[in-house]
Amino acid sequence: MSTTTKSAKPVCDLDSATVRFCGDSGDGMQLAGTELTNTSAIVGNDIATLPDFPAEIRAPRGTKAGVSGFQLHFASKEIYTPGDSVDALVAMNPAALATNLDDLVPGGILVVNSSEFQSKELAQAGYDVNPLEDGSLDGYQLFTVDMTKITRAAVDGLGLSVKEADRCRNFFAMGLVYWLYDRPLDPTLRFIERKFGKKPAVAEANRRTLKAGYHFGETSEAFDSQYRVARAELPPGTYRNITGNEATAMGLVTASKQSATPLFYGTYPITPASDILHELAKHKNFGVRTFQAEDEIAAMTSVVGAAFAGAMSVTGSSGPGIALKGEAIGLAVMTELPMIVVNVQRGGPSTGLPTKTEQADLLQAMFGRNGECPLPVIAARSPADCFDCAQEAWRLAVEYMTPVILLTDGYIANGSEPWRIPAIDELPKIEVKHPGPIANGKPFHPYARNERLARPWAIPGTPGLMHRLGGLEKQDVTGNVSYDPANHQRMVNLRQRKVAGIAQDLPPQAVDGPESGRLLVVGWGGTFGALATATRRMRARGESVAHVHLRYLNPFPANLRDILSNYDKVLVPELNLGQLRMLLRSEFLVDAVGLNKVQGKPFSVGEVVEKIGDMLGTSIPRQATATTST
Amino acid sequence: MTSSALPVLTASDFASDQDVRWCPGCGDYAILAQMKKTLAQVGASQENTVFISGIGCSSRFPYYMNTYGMHSIHGRAPAVATGLKVARPDLNVWVITGDGDGLSIGGNHLIHAIRRNLDINIILFNNRIYGLTKGQYSPTSPLGKVTKSSPVGAIDNPLHPLSIAIGAEASFVARSIDVNIKHLGMVLKRASEHRGTSFVEVYQNCLVFNDGAFSHTTDRATKSDATLELEHGKPMIFGKNREKGIRLNGMDPEVVELGKGITEDDLLFHDEQAPEPTLAYLLSRMNYPEFPEPIGVYRAIDQPRYDALINEQVEEVTKAKGEGSLEKLFHSGETWTIQ
Ligand code: SF4
Repeated sequence: MSTTTKSAKPVCDLDSATVRFCGDSGDGMQLAGTELTNTSAIVGNDIATLPDFPAEIRAPRGTKAGVSGFQLHFASKEIYTPGDSVDALVAMNPAALATNLDDLVPGGILVVNSSEFQSKELAQAGYDVNPLEDGSLDGYQLFTVDMTKITRAAVDGLGLSVKEADRCRNFFAMGLVYWLYDRPLDPTLRFIERKFGKKPAVAEANRRTLKAGYHFGETSEAFDSQYRVARAELPPGTYRNITGNEATAMGLVTASKQSATPLFYGTYPITPASDILHELAKHKNFGVRTFQAEDEIAAMTSVVGAAFAGAMSVTGSSGPGIALKGEAIGLAVMTELPMIVVNVQRGGPSTGLPTKTEQADLLQAMFGRNGECPLPVIAARSPADCFDCAQEAWRLAVEYMTPVILLTDGYIANGSEPWRIPAIDELPKIEVKHPGPIANGKPFHPYARNERLARPWAIPGTPGLMHRLGGLEKQDVTGNVSYDPANHQRMVNLRQRKVAGIAQDLPPQAVDGPESGRLLVVGWGGTFGALATATRRMRARGESVAHVHLRYLNPFPANLRDILSNYDKVLVPELNLGQLRMLLRSEFLVDAVGLNKVQGKPFSVGEVVEKIGDMLGTSIPRQATATTST
Repeated sequence: MTSSALPVLTASDFASDQDVRWCPGCGDYAILAQMKKTLAQVGASQENTVFISGIGCSSRFPYYMNTYGMHSIHGRAPAVATGLKVARPDLNVWVITGDGDGLSIGGNHLIHAIRRNLDINIILFNNRIYGLTKGQYSPTSPLGKVTKSSPVGAIDNPLHPLSIAIGAEASFVARSIDVNIKHLGMVLKRASEHRGTSFVEVYQNCLVFNDGAFSHTTDRATKSDATLELEHGKPMIFGKNREKGIRLNGMDPEVVELGKGITEDDLLFHDEQAPEPTLAYLLSRMNYPEFPEPIGVYRAIDQPRYDALINEQVEEVTKAKGEGSLEKLFHSGETWTIQ
């Protein structure tokens, strides 16, 4: 850490910083975090975010159940996680302080909105004594600010009600953090203009409070230094910030355009997948048709109908919704029509933890249907990776005439990272073929297959290709209903072979780290950041640790068996009780060990590092909380 | 409705090469025959017509039609048809369902398809029984109905399919009878011509598990007292010698004898285009033996159609914003460049 001087107060240079805003769900913490994220991205930092939504939209004000948080990690080097702990915490009320203080590093910056620390609010948060006064926060750099008072004064004369004025407090908190980390105000001022331009008084109030926060940092004697995180060395290109759900939506629109097949998105609102619908509904000028169905089953069956019609058909949901779609996904497998089922996973079972992340739907994706019902399953590893995965899902769907399940999760769906905008000519082209008309009553065989075992995608409106699909077993080649035992065996085998054959068509699995060694960490989906960071950290310490992160979960890449055999030990960290580990063990007879966490939260780097240390017999300071199973 | 291929098709051109597998004597045969005739009559083409069904005896229907088709899963045909029609408004889409498929497991999809008023035709074969699963009571079985699953009588209050459709804001509602082939042909033709969701209930006899459920409407002795043929703009008259009529007494319909001071002008006149569904609903509640059961078109009004609206929105937004450009989409919002 070096210290330079800028204006009146000294500036300390940092490699990275982690900031968390937390407050009541009505306090605008998501907005504050998102704006700090965008601003940090624009100044060129690498970023990783962790929004944390309360389960209830409007839990009673001031309660712990209603606390909403947004964590941002910004850095001058490449980073993959939102940070295990926070360097600066902004707490808007006692409940937010009580639920978030544990994550603040010792000596960390703690900004507290003191106006909410009254007896009622303190009691709601479970404090008998005001923590701002009892010395319990002495281990931190505590800054108490009466944000309500300053905000009200700042907006005075604009004709806002007290309630409206208080709603600007998040901008004060933002302004203060912007000063603290030397961030420009311009991007947020532009945002205010875009978002509130039609309500001049509100726009002005937000501008004033943002600046008030910034100037408060500059002038208040409480703050004696500023921090600066330089721009990161990212590959050249034009970047934007993107969340996983935005990236999924954009990937779908891109695949539709690149395959010249209009997108039909049939869905039912569900947390945390609804943002894909919101995003797609904006893009009607790409020929996107969004259908908000009456229920999850209708969403899925409408997608089957649209696939039959020749559209690029996609549905999105989360675990409980996917459970309802199961029978219709079976119909999609039986009719061998191309479509995508996106599952933005959340904590389960049942309604579970709607706003929290988990990876416990892998086995549901693999097996959650009646009968032998194989389909390809792929998983995105990060917010930006959702863009590529959505396109890859569509490629597999049309090349193999099959529904494809794309797994993301609440963590990467709501989290964001910088995305290097691809050039249009870098984008994969996806070829969609429909057979042309047949004349003279020549028979058409809807279940004849090509070298990939895919059947033709014949669509209504084509003369001579009239055929009937359905859920009953099909006779090989003709597609007529068949109850013949030998035919059923043949068709079950064919459907299985078709999906298994995709392995030949996948890029070889890449390994991060040595090609053989003592320990291989195998992960999938949204744990990528924590696992990549942990394994690199261990290698930097000289340990023989490699990392494989799987996009393709069914089928596995063809070279995975060889990779697994090149290491003494295999560790599979997952946010479930060992679902990938079960698949790897049964497929490869490998004695994989699990690191399994189901707390609705992503892995911290520390807990993965510790587990690796345990397995290698090197001692690492203990702090992990996840359970281990072998 | 459909631009057809040049050679004019006959009913037999709509028959697929599959053997029809309903029980001999099943009412489904008559409906199948009328459907093929109707398609030929309205000039439908094989390739632009799609039949979607759910599960049940009636839902085998698509296999027997030489058109595109899908025998989907139980209750979901209206939702499958919705996706199909939204993606391809140019297609002629028919949904074939039954009382169990459409009103029990698929009740939700049925009402939502109807309220969206997509330009599709939904034909509900009502036989008041589960046939394919061999004889359990259905949502339209009368109270007290003794079946395998209700040995001492059904205790579920039955649904009236047309009342459900009207309650779901249907723009076209009609009823016919499997063996009344001329009438059925007329109703199917009207359904096919209507723009919007056409909902048709067909009384269908299940010979094996519920024979005679509608015999009052088909037996020579009772049918003229048990049915009333609706005609737009005409008074509601029925009976062997057209000697009886329906009159409104306050909010309630009543059966009156013509003559003795009561003339046709005193009767209720049918108005299938009435903007309010009150009359249609009232008719849908008339049951034999208190009343004759009305057959024909109850309601046919013009309403906005979902399939048209969704595609209009796409066109309007495209016109306003220009055709989507990925370049623009990717660069929307704040961006920054690293050299
Ligand atoms: S069981 Fe009844 S409805 Fe089914 S085919 Fe036989 S007669 Fe027809």
